[in-house]
Amino acid sequence: MSDNKKLSYCFDVDGANFTSAGEASVKVKKRLREAGFDPETIRRVSIAMYEGEINMVIHAGGGKAEVVIEEDRIVIILTDEGPGIADIDQAMQEGFSTAPDNIRSLGFGAGMGLPNMKRYTDEMVIDSRLGKGTKITMTVYV
Amino acid sequence: MTVNQLITHLNPQVLSLPEGDKTVRGCYTGDLLSWVMGKTRACNVWVTIMSNINVPAVASLADVSCVIIGENARPEDDVIAMAEARGVNILLMPDSAYDICIKLSKIL
Repeated sequence: MSDNKKLSYCFDVDGANFTSAGEASVKVKKRLREAGFDPETIRRVSIAMYEGEINMVIHAGGGKAEVVIEEDRIVIILTDEGPGIADIDQAMQEGFSTAPDNIRSLGFGAGMGLPNMKRYTDEMVIDSRLGKGTKITMTVYV
Repeated sequence: MTVNQLITHLNPQVLSLPEGDKTVRGCYTGDLLSWVMGKTRACNVWVTIMSNINVPAVASLADVSCVIIGENARPEDDVIAMAEARGVNILLMPDSAYDICIKLSKIL
């Protein structure tokens, strides 16, 4: 750990490759386990991050995922240059989805991604601009 | 109960068993992956007919004890290889998800 006890990891999320989606989350999970975090914290962080990765693959053609590990919190920052979210309140409703059928046939696109991200984190801030992109910041307190 | 012990009760086909000593507690059944991630609890058995490449990732992140795939919906070899690599136990049974859950309810 550095002087301010902060660790940071950055990942490119490949928008073209659905089968590799989740690799960043799996890596983060491994590093959190090595760092000695408790299993439920690791589970919450890795599921929230995976849902975010999947969303970026489905809707935004990929993006960037950054995870910052501090002494008392883990922060996940997801940034994409996709179409943006037209109605965030609607997108937060369980079951609301704009995912295409080919995504649904893989078992995704059930409209549970954003609700799960909120469910498993202590704070979630969505900054989305139509035609520009979306930045989602999620915090899990340790 | 561990996954190894569960196997002796159910007699499934074992597709991957990298962590057979994982503890089994309760069960969740479903095929929509975000529902699985949102509703499972750690150490659950996950009963599904979904068998694509995203299953090992979801199983790993959700910390399920094992995946039981029903209806003999056998995954491709690359899915099984990924499960091995990620420490995900996958069992295959000919029964429907309903029948698997009935069997689980009698032993869990």
